Amino acid sequence: MTGVAHDETAYAPPSEVPEEELYHPKTFIGKYIWSQDAKVIAIQYSLTAIGIGIVALVLSGIMRLQLGFPDTFSFIDPSAYLQYVTMHGMIMVVYLLTALFLGGFGNYLIPLMCGARDMVFPYLNMLSYWVYLLAVLILVASFFVPGGTTGSGWTLYPPQSILQGTPGSNWGIILMLVSLAFFIIGFTMGGLNYIVTVLQARARGMTLMRLPLTVWGIFMATILALLAFPALFVSAIMMLLDHTLGTSFFMPAIMSMGEQLDYEGGSPVLFQHLFWFFGHPEVYIVALPAFGIVSDLISIHARKNIFGYRMMVWAIIAIGALSFVVWAHHMYVSGMNPLFGFFFATTTLIIAIPTALKVYNWVLTLWRGNIRLTVPMLFAIGFVFTFINGGLTGLFLGNVVVDVPLSDTYFVVAHFHMVMAVSPVLVIFGAIYHWYPKITGRMLNDTLGKFHFWATFLGTYAIYYPMHYLGFLGVPRRYYAMGNTDFIPESAQAVNASITIAALFVGVIQLVFFYNLIVSYFRGKASGGNPWEATTLEWQTPDTPPKHGNFGAELPIVYRWAYDYSVPGADLDYIPQNQPPKQTSQRDEDAQ
Amino acid sequence: MTVTLVFFATLMATIVWWLIRQTADVQPWVADGDARGLANTDHLHTSSIKVGLGVFLLVAASLFALFISAYMIRMEAGDWKMLDDPQILWANTAVLVIASLFFQRSYNAAQKQQFASMRNALLLAGVFTLVFLVGQLKAWQQLSAAGSYLSSNPANAFFYLFTAVHGLHLIGGLWVWGKAALSFGDAQSIRQRVELCTVYWHFLLVIWLILFTLLLNT
Repeated sequence: MTGVAHDETAYAPPSEVPEEELYHPKTFIGKYIWSQDAKVIAIQYSLTAIGIGIVALVLSGIMRLQLGFPDTFSFIDPSAYLQYVTMHGMIMVVYLLTALFLGGFGNYLIPLMCGARDMVFPYLNMLSYWVYLLAVLILVASFFVPGGTTGSGWTLYPPQSILQGTPGSNWGIILMLVSLAFFIIGFTMGGLNYIVTVLQARARGMTLMRLPLTVWGIFMATILALLAFPALFVSAIMMLLDHTLGTSFFMPAIMSMGEQLDYEGGSPVLFQHLFWFFGHPEVYIVALPAFGIVSDLISIHARKNIFGYRMMVWAIIAIGALSFVVWAHHMYVSGMNPLFGFFFATTTLIIAIPTALKVYNWVLTLWRGNIRLTVPMLFAIGFVFTFINGGLTGLFLGNVVVDVPLSDTYFVVAHFHMVMAVSPVLVIFGAIYHWYPKITGRMLNDTLGKFHFWATFLGTYAIYYPMHYLGFLGVPRRYYAMGNTDFIPESAQAVNASITIAALFVGVIQLVFFYNLIVSYFRGKASGGNPWEATTLEWQTPDTPPKHGNFGAELPIVYRWAYDYSVPGADLDYIPQNQPPKQTSQRDEDAQ
Repeated sequence: MTVTLVFFATLMATIVWWLIRQTADVQPWVADGDARGLANTDHLHTSSIKVGLGVFLLVAASLFALFISAYMIRMEAGDWKMLDDPQILWANTAVLVIASLFFQRSYNAAQKQQFASMRNALLLAGVFTLVFLVGQLKAWQQLSAAGSYLSSNPANAFFYLFTAVHGLHLIGGLWVWGKAALSFGDAQSIRQRVELCTVYWHFLLVIWLILFTLLLNT
């Protein structure tokens, strides 16, 4: 507890609904392995996602070695390079970011922030993690099968993804598709939990409009994911059938290696539609939780209520709804009816409005706030900068005429890494620094954290800023080596080399973060229950780290929104959500 | 993708409308002076598992909407040959309708606390579902006996795919049905399972009718 006295029973009528029984495991395995506690599942999800994410990070380092210093490393051949590109993209987007934001932060924060004892379907929640782990293991297995992983690019476009000549066109692609199918099944189990918990299990007084924006972001992202992942599922199943049983859903009549294949009439563009119908909402599946978390970080560490809370909620809803009608902007270069191009360019530009609204509101929250430059706050501000950068180039690429010449260049690589790689990762770091004290009861080391922030923030700019320029020069993406590209000046290679050095530096610097995570777990300063003096319910638990059941004997009752910071007349500069109105200041009490 | 677009537009419009209605007329920054919001426990009166089933049905519906979209796009290619649908599908459809009716009957009996007739109707509903599944396998056999294999034409491929996905959903439902039919748990949880199964079977019947109409006409 925060030391603020509050007497709930005197203020609220008794609950009309009895509490549900919690399942209490007795053995070590029941508590920590086959656990049904959302907090343990969250940590399992996070560690698995970070583990596989490190694999993807190493892959990107190897790719950069090839690009920065071509003809130097004999172990990277063109096939291997394509395989690394593919696996790096797929792991980062699906197996790291989606799993970490929804499976990790969603599981940890939804019950705590809503004031629930656990997710509503704990058994299903446990199953969700184990199916996710299975998906990851199948993915890892594809590194070891004959031919290796698929090298068809993370978009897995047919026909090339299943034709001879593409690396991993045999076992690699099959395992990739099977792994995705399992991932989606596992995610659906978790997603049902997140939605129903937010709808059904909120503490008394926790109206939808009193939810912290973190929960709003995760909630809306889960809706998107539940509706969008089926598109990936459909395309994965149909491609599997094309590959294994010879159907022609996506495969046109085609000659391969001088041989006429049995396929006929299938539509590769159909696959692209299905893929991007999933793929674009996926961007927001990653971005919306980041938006939500960053709103809370900024508000808490600027000691100010979030500017325009309702607007922020509606912007999240609007972005979620719009994200389903912009998918074809990924397919301008596939050729389409100009009217379609116009439609999708328009919707794409419209989505900038709610997004820009959010950016203004973050900045206005900082405006004249009592800013505490803690490590989470640094990461949050870093996110705002990076997101503006990535978002602006998105406006360029949303237009058909600009996209067509830039689409296959490093400009796009720079854009999407700024907007959906660096931005969400900065938020993930910020969120870990912010909630680590609640998860472990100890603070992360501040000096190491600040070093980690500056090295990562500046380092990523050293990587991705020059890439915009390379894109303007026309440096093609996905290429193993430049090849016949005489129009690109020699100096581009020097830029490439410097990017590689920066990338390796940023990659290695992350060891500082992991060192900090591990050492602070044992030796970090004890944090107490509410080190950031925050209002939300997860900081008001009787135990830190919270025990199974989260809130001790009685569930909290919520009297106010999550943003009562620096309220005039209150004793402290924050008022917890579960503090009854009469007791916000000593003066009020004396007057009674 | 028109089907999908219309489906998703409707769905998103509903979700957005609901969310806006929940959030429009609220001043979140006002703290409860009189514990006003505390009585607001409406959301707790629907059981979570029902809400969960509802959300799952939305996911399943988007899965089928996407399959149907893919079907309609693929149809436009020149190599589409209309499938001669096996006649047994009509009988299967009738059987699935009967299964759904028995579920409804079982549900009605459960509401009236008539446990014996609930159980009988429930068992029959399951049996008819199994008959439907066997009938679908029969349809597969007839098709492949007639030389219409999975890979010979996209219309066939979609036929096998749709029936398989639909059948797998039914088999998943039979798991919950089995728990209710074998009377695991107390009366309350059996009644709840009957209710969930009834909704689920009606949903899958509607999906099947849509798929069947589509397969017949194209």
